[in-house]
Amino acid sequence: MSEQIQQIKVTIDDQTIMVDPGTSILSAARQIGGNVVPPAMCFYSSLKGSGGKCRTCLVEVSAGSEKDPRPMPKLVASCSTNVMDGMIVKNKTSDRVIDARKGVVELLLINHPLDCPVCDQAGECSLQDLAFEHGASHSRYEFERREFDQIDIGEYIKLHMTRCILCYRCVYIANQLTDNREHGVLKRGDASEIGTFIENSLDNDFIGNVIDVCPVGALTDKTFRFRSRVWYTKPMDASCSCGKCSGNAVVWMIGDEIARVTARKDKYGEVKEFICNDCRFNKKELSDWKIEGPRQIDRHSVISANHYEKAAPIHTPLLNKA
Amino acid sequence: MSRKLLLNNVHVEGIHTYDVYRKNGGYAAVEKALKSMTPEEVVEEVKKSGLRGRGGAGFPTGMKWSFIAKPEGVPRHFLCNADESEPGTFKDRYLMEKIPHLLIEGMILSSFALGCEQSYIYIRGEYMYVLRILEKAIAEAYQNGWLGKNIKGSGFNLDLSVSPGAGAYICGEETAMIESLEGKRGNPRMKPPFPAIQGLWQRPTVVNNVETICAVVPIVNEGGEAYAGVGIGRSAGTKLISAGGNINKPGVYEIEMGITVEEFIYGDQYCGGIKNGKKLKACVPGGSSVPILPHYLVCKTAEGTDRLMSYESLAEGGFATGSMLGSGGFIVYDEDQCIVRNTWNFARFYHHESCGQCSPCREGTGWMEKVLHRLEYGHGKIEDIDLLWDIQRKIEGNTICPLGDAAAWPVAAAIRHFREEFEWHVKEPNACMTRNYGLVTEKIFEKVNA
Repeated sequence: MSEQIQQIKVTIDDQTIMVDPGTSILSAARQIGGNVVPPAMCFYSSLKGSGGKCRTCLVEVSAGSEKDPRPMPKLVASCSTNVMDGMIVKNKTSDRVIDARKGVVELLLINHPLDCPVCDQAGECSLQDLAFEHGASHSRYEFERREFDQIDIGEYIKLHMTRCILCYRCVYIANQLTDNREHGVLKRGDASEIGTFIENSLDNDFIGNVIDVCPVGALTDKTFRFRSRVWYTKPMDASCSCGKCSGNAVVWMIGDEIARVTARKDKYGEVKEFICNDCRFNKKELSDWKIEGPRQIDRHSVISANHYEKAAPIHTPLLNKA
Repeated sequence: MSRKLLLNNVHVEGIHTYDVYRKNGGYAAVEKALKSMTPEEVVEEVKKSGLRGRGGAGFPTGMKWSFIAKPEGVPRHFLCNADESEPGTFKDRYLMEKIPHLLIEGMILSSFALGCEQSYIYIRGEYMYVLRILEKAIAEAYQNGWLGKNIKGSGFNLDLSVSPGAGAYICGEETAMIESLEGKRGNPRMKPPFPAIQGLWQRPTVVNNVETICAVVPIVNEGGEAYAGVGIGRSAGTKLISAGGNINKPGVYEIEMGITVEEFIYGDQYCGGIKNGKKLKACVPGGSSVPILPHYLVCKTAEGTDRLMSYESLAEGGFATGSMLGSGGFIVYDEDQCIVRNTWNFARFYHHESCGQCSPCREGTGWMEKVLHRLEYGHGKIEDIDLLWDIQRKIEGNTICPLGDAAAWPVAAAIRHFREEFEWHVKEPNACMTRNYGLVTEKIFEKVNA
């Protein structure tokens, strides 16, 4: 309480909130929560420099600020535009936004293989959710889709570039979690691909986290590939004593077996505590983990269907604050 | 005769060498500025001159310069954008090839005005031979004391070097250029922060086009007001136009802004009329990114007034009936040219050059190219035209950098003005493969006469 930060007022879809200066529109919307939150495919709050690429979080700014209430002429990416005092933002209430977002979803899907029936990410895929909410029921694209060969990057990770939407999250995470730059984007335009230079393997204790940050099924866990649909597994909060990471994870169980281990994601699909490769890929015995209880999956997609729907009340920090 | 400010000495033998350039009044502007002007006065002169960016956007240069942040102890940078890759534009190459010292003189003046001690010329990789010319000229400038420490005893230091790109159109976008100069992948950055606040290595940076920088030399020599007196209204000064296409005399012309488009196309001292006595069909007045104009809107605006070669007049009527001066890549099409093929060609270029960072441009440019290819080769459907319109609408304004807009505008304008030609490609798939729509059906002329 030593220094009082002057909070500023922002209105998103007719809901007003006071936020700290320097907050992006997207995080202000997340503080309000509910329907006003724009979808985000590439933005990841803990990764520096991420965001602005997928254009699904476009919003309309109908008044720039208290001082300068002119509307912004273009739709802006809410993840990388900071709020100004008195800004008025339209998300769901703007037809322009709905239309543009539908366009972005259509464009994201034209080169996506739509192989959800055989994709491990199905059920927890951001693109699937996005397409379900904003997409059209059929595609107007009548040409061959872009295809790549599948690549094994390292012992545990499969790169299926055909499904990639080039959000760059995995590039940022590899750059920011590891010492050396290990992979990046090669080529340009719609031929760009995520890759390592001359098929090097990604070899780092924390590199498994690229699987968790991937919004689609482009990077998958080879220890879990084709084992089960995710909605048939039971997620449990679990912890272990690990020297490298916090050891807080989620284990996804089939019966008494641990099928896979992931980090804990919040309701926007973001991981706050990254876990190490050892916990993720090697600790597959029940004895390795202390099970804490059922994992509340706070996502509206199929993954949360028939999972502990009547479990403990959903943790909502905003309500608690009020 | 219109006045020339940049190219008046271009035909002097050996003007690319330091000695000849100096004898013809070269480096007088630097002498004047270093001896008798403060950096603020140079900025003031540029503001007074009304000079606008010559790279395409036409933003007032003096204003851009005044935006640069000046935090204590942080070096600032001045960059020259010589990544001239817009199809149809070749004016900067001509300037650098013929009078490299003019650019260097302009770089010294601009760097002095902005207080930058390290400046770079970012040149496109395909201009390797121009790079050698520039490097030779820079070496000469160093030898004669115009670059380096304490230039001519003024206490002003400047180092100048040339960096080549690797042949990517996107690196002509200023933030992508900065990324590329830093040694990274040339992806445009999100704005804000603008380069004037955080540019090269997070330091305040100004990026200007070659021609803009060259224009600072006559501004300092003759004064900002004198420069503002040339040209028309808010389009002050002269502009280099690289004229190409079906004209008798393609080449780079320096025009005083405000001459009519008609004079420029048909005048003997400029393009010299349409080649082989054919008729004008269409014109792209500012490089491939700007909307194409059908022949009835080239010389006259929609209101029937004469269209002039100026920022305002070419843009008159908005995108519905106007276009843009852009970078000055003036492409003329005669009656035999196929607009669908031309649009496909442009779309192919933007598809190839999209950086792939943001989704609408990455996916949309490829889709447009494929649809246009199908139309051009007689496999199109009538719905494809509306589909194209829809795709370009989804790209325009929704991308990080202006490449998305640049890819969308030519497609939009072609459909807006030449929809009948697109429809003809669908209805007559065999005919469209054997001959061009051209003006054969004279439909476009009927439209005017009616």
